[in-house]
Amino acid sequence: MEAKASAAAPRRVPALLLAEFDSSGGILHAAEKVRDAGYSRWDVHTPYPVHGMDRAMGLKDSRLGWIVIVCALTGLTTAFFMMHWTNGVDYPTVVGDKPPGFVADLQKGGPGTLPSMVPILFELTILFSAFGAVLGMFGLNQLPRHHHPVFESDRFRTASDDRYFISIEANDPRFDVDKTRSLLEAAHASHVETIEEEAS
Amino acid sequence: MAYWEPLRELDEAPLVQVGSSLSDVTNDIARGTETRASRGWWICFLIALSFAGLFVVCVSYLFWRGVGVWGNTSPVYWAWDITNFVWWVGIGHAGTLISAILFIFRQRWRTAINRFAEAMTIFAVICALIYPGIHVGRPWLLYWVFPIPNQMTVWPNFKSPLLWDVFAVGTYFTVSLLFWFTGLIPDLATLRDRSTTKWRQRIYGFLALGWRGSNRHWRNYERAYLILAAISTPLVLSVHSVVSMDFATSVIPGWHTTIFPPYFVAGAIFSGFAMVETVLLIARSVFKLHRVVLMRHLELMNKFLLLTSLLVGYAYGMEFFMAWYSGNKYEMAHFLKNRPTGPYGWAWAWMVGCNVVVPQLYWFKRLRTSIPVMFVVSILINIGMWFERFVIIVSSLNRDFLPSAWGLFRPTIIDVGTFLGTIGVFFTLFLLFMRWLPMVAMAEIKGTMPQADPHRAGSHGEPEGAAVAKGALAPGGAE
Repeated sequence: MEAKASAAAPRRVPALLLAEFDSSGGILHAAEKVRDAGYSRWDVHTPYPVHGMDRAMGLKDSRLGWIVIVCALTGLTTAFFMMHWTNGVDYPTVVGDKPPGFVADLQKGGPGTLPSMVPILFELTILFSAFGAVLGMFGLNQLPRHHHPVFESDRFRTASDDRYFISIEANDPRFDVDKTRSLLEAAHASHVETIEEEAS
Repeated sequence: MAYWEPLRELDEAPLVQVGSSLSDVTNDIARGTETRASRGWWICFLIALSFAGLFVVCVSYLFWRGVGVWGNTSPVYWAWDITNFVWWVGIGHAGTLISAILFIFRQRWRTAINRFAEAMTIFAVICALIYPGIHVGRPWLLYWVFPIPNQMTVWPNFKSPLLWDVFAVGTYFTVSLLFWFTGLIPDLATLRDRSTTKWRQRIYGFLALGWRGSNRHWRNYERAYLILAAISTPLVLSVHSVVSMDFATSVIPGWHTTIFPPYFVAGAIFSGFAMVETVLLIARSVFKLHRVVLMRHLELMNKFLLLTSLLVGYAYGMEFFMAWYSGNKYEMAHFLKNRPTGPYGWAWAWMVGCNVVVPQLYWFKRLRTSIPVMFVVSILINIGMWFERFVIIVSSLNRDFLPSAWGLFRPTIIDVGTFLGTIGVFFTLFLLFMRWLPMVAMAEIKGTMPQADPHRAGSHGEPEGAAVAKGALAPGGAE
């Protein structure tokens, strides 16, 4: 990658430094060092989630749960008003001498309709939560994103097999090609490379 | 004690064969999608595809002539169509159980089979959803089950269990698909990174959504997976409960029982585990997955089958007891006379024989660790569970309150063809899945291996391999 950049006509600048590690223990300690050095725009790439890495990177807990609870309550209320309005207001349907809607049910003083609503209240809560969990996860992760500087590296292909990588982005305020490189090498990286992109 | 270490006290063994490296796992599993299909795969695929063709023929004929081509007739208006529907939905349940419930209970052995089981769920639910669709007689009016504004200004009746079923099974299918796809993303990225041709890279790359194994992503991903597992657990229990309410809320002797929801859920898990095992045993030998799917996992599945068989047996016994204890003469006539000795008594005997008697073989370790025995037993359980649904539906309907209204059901050749056809559809989809997608969750397996533990003795600070030479640099010296 570096050789290609020097020969190319458009001016290329470093996009990020990519350091390779051989073991999960090695990358965990390296991540702690990068965290302690005060970097903010950096990431760890592993073939599976490494135990304890969130703490080693100094990451906070995922906020996904909050998205999902909002979706769950939306599903619940959607289901309730859908059934109440269709069968109770717009076209009142009396089945088995049960009051047609929720309000009529309360006026009659008993749970006539509500129990029959339970299955669909539940199912739509689950359905909306599942969409919230998956789409919320994509949103927080900013996926899909099919182009990323790390994919410029041929070695990075092993990140989904058995290798561990740390990438530090050039737009990190503390980024300095030489200093960052020596930090990564001191953290026992087995290989460090500079990924470049065209200057914008 | 590290979390990946087997608990000797519980007689646990390592999940993946000792000495396997992370890339052994990748190679073993990804290879199946990269090499030319074996002859075994082609033979299975062509057989399955022929039956899928039979399905197309039967359903086309059904649409041309109407539901009269089936044997359904008064008083048995629900017959093989609904039997097959319940059977297929039930099979799907084991997939969710393995992927969600065992995940929440931290049963790590599930990683060997969960991808498989989730795929099975999706394909089984597809087969299941076909039946209510073609059973309505006028399939072009199927949209009536959804609350869509229409020119008649009427709405679906939300108090009907049949409509609950639409929402339950529809939600179940959607959530299973989301769960499955979420689990696939890291493995699709692995296939993308290993691809040697442009098209493989483009297709897997497109599906992997640009996954780059980022820990900032893993954090949200793991949370999403946990939430999906947590909401799928009550969902799977609700789905077959709702299916059972299609029957239990009616007044037909044999259907009108409160034991139905848990009884259906237990039966669903029982038949689903059997189906997972049948398919897994075939895949294990065709794709040589012996390093990942160990005898240990198969034995655990057999223990699970024994447990659920006992649960199902208990439900059968309890139905009999309650019929007698109720003192209701219709209930007694149905359970004590019509089921075991009526015109469909032979089906009842298959049900009890396959579901309660045969699995008792698994009390013996030699039998539950024998591949031929478990293959035959898993197929027998599937047959038995099909007969259970047949017994519940047809033998309850054929003799109700009035002897003058009694009648018999006989399947037609189209009934048989449609049923065999959906089995063909199921296996066609499954074989395509085995050929083109990673059959075992690679990223999850890797996470359970000793190498995954960053605090493992020997990997602390000192990385192995090439980096050792650089170890002379004082750690932290650059800061």
